[in-house]
Amino acid sequence: ADIISTVEFNHSGELLATGDKGGRVVIFQQEQENKTQSHSRGEYNVYSTFQSHEPEFDYLKSLEIEEKINKIRWLPQKNAAQFLLSTNDKTIKLWKISERDKRPEGYNLKEEDGRYRDPTTVTTLRVPVFRPMDLMVEASPRRIFANAHTYHINSISINSDYETYLSADDLRINLWHLEITDRSFNIVDIKPANMEELTEVITAAEFHPNSCSTFVYSSSKGTIRLCDMRASALCDRHSKLFEEPEDPSNRSFFSEIISSISDVKFSHSGRYMMTRDYLSVKIWDLNMENRPVETYQVHEYLRSKLCSLYENDCIFDKFECCWNGLDRQVEFFSVFHGSIVMTGSYNNFFRMFDRNSKRDVTLEASRENNKPRTVLKPRKVCGSGKRKKDEISVDSLDFNKKILHTAWHPKENIIAVATTNNLYIFQDKMN
Amino acid sequence: QDTQEKEKTIPPERAEEAKLKAKYPNLGQKPGGSDFLRKRLQKGQKYFDSGDYNMAKAKVKNKQLPSAGPDKNLVTGDHIPTPQDLPQRKSSLVTSKLAG
Repeated sequence: ADIISTVEFNHSGELLATGDKGGRVVIFQQEQENKTQSHSRGEYNVYSTFQSHEPEFDYLKSLEIEEKINKIRWLPQKNAAQFLLSTNDKTIKLWKISERDKRPEGYNLKEEDGRYRDPTTVTTLRVPVFRPMDLMVEASPRRIFANAHTYHINSISINSDYETYLSADDLRINLWHLEITDRSFNIVDIKPANMEELTEVITAAEFHPNSCSTFVYSSSKGTIRLCDMRASALCDRHSKLFEEPEDPSNRSFFSEIISSISDVKFSHSGRYMMTRDYLSVKIWDLNMENRPVETYQVHEYLRSKLCSLYENDCIFDKFECCWNGLDRQVEFFSVFHGSIVMTGSYNNFFRMFDRNSKRDVTLEASRENNKPRTVLKPRKVCGSGKRKKDEISVDSLDFNKKILHTAWHPKENIIAVATTNNLYIFQDKMN
Repeated sequence: QDTQEKEKTIPPERAEEAKLKAKYPNLGQKPGGSDFLRKRLQKGQKYFDSGDYNMAKAKVKNKQLPSAGPDKNLVTGDHIPTPQDLPQRKSSLVTSKLAG
């Protein structure tokens, strides 16, 4: 099993794609709901596996190009086939995943196994017919978008026009048309003329869910810039700059590093966006640039461990975050999209924050500590001091067990949580 | 007792910073700035000679030599290095901190 590097549900939630460090994509499909078994939703089974990217070597730059899949984004379904974009550090590919459940039989010049028949033995003609066969799922690359990024691609985002998408690397953002592979449009360039003056890099980018000319990008300095492509061809000047003022008395060597934003996600409405930095999750109202409207502490107990987290490089870990799915009616209350946010942590823990009740929970993705089909037990981490029963001390946390990637089903309360090598799928308890 | 009280009032981040500076006194003046960014941009950089690599490929075709000797780290003498043979040049952040 390889290291999972990205997890993404498609727009209906029926399919779940994972990418790994070895360049492979594995797609899971949800079983159709069993009408008699109303107590559980369909399980996810492997639907398709394919090698998306191979390792490459750029001889001109002496640069090794990893095959690791950084991001997968699904296109909305237009016909029987499914399409997704997958990217490594340098190249984006559009993959078509289609099903085949029939095959032609009864050719005149070929045997069923493909061998050619001796034409002199053919005395009558027949019309080949399609006969059912075992379902085959095929993945084929339809477009390869290459050679547009000098630096390492960290994000791809499909526009709400469903015709264009953006790809972002450390210093530049490019706009592509899904049909055109031989050119792309540079829309953001923050490379300084003199690289010695480099102070900040792009860490994530996303298109607005409804406004096709609007996108945001986050930086290593903890800022988010909103840009409007109608304003100018090169969006070097932001329309809005979101930044929380820093308390100068709290500034330390670590301040900038832990303020670096590792993920940015718009809410479904597009009114809010969520950012993840090393220690917290922040919710921003697009109408207010000077501070977030909400801040949730993911693992504040790590603030007194920053020295060792810097030494073992964990301080540079890039955690993602996600919103819960669409509005749902459950009994007497509604769970609206955007009411719960989720993100990962260490020791195979992941966190959920309920924005309405302000309650939060820490759960663990591990086979040893959770039997299948049992309710997950909430966990609690305590500081180095006194430890209560059932609490886990911060000193005994395993920093190699990190949950960087999580995803929430767009319509149901089903979540996918990736530990280093395993994918866990959890669903909420139904009555 | 005096130092203990001081520690109580120092914010945890500052205490951690003091620990780090005690370990690496030559830590760069620019906090978390260009060093990390430049390292991030240089990820994947491997040094090898494309001429050597192509000659090794040709040699293997002609003589069927194993491309890597028993000692994979041997990159001098008879042995022509290929990209796969080179040890991963993972720039250690610890080393660079000392370099300042």
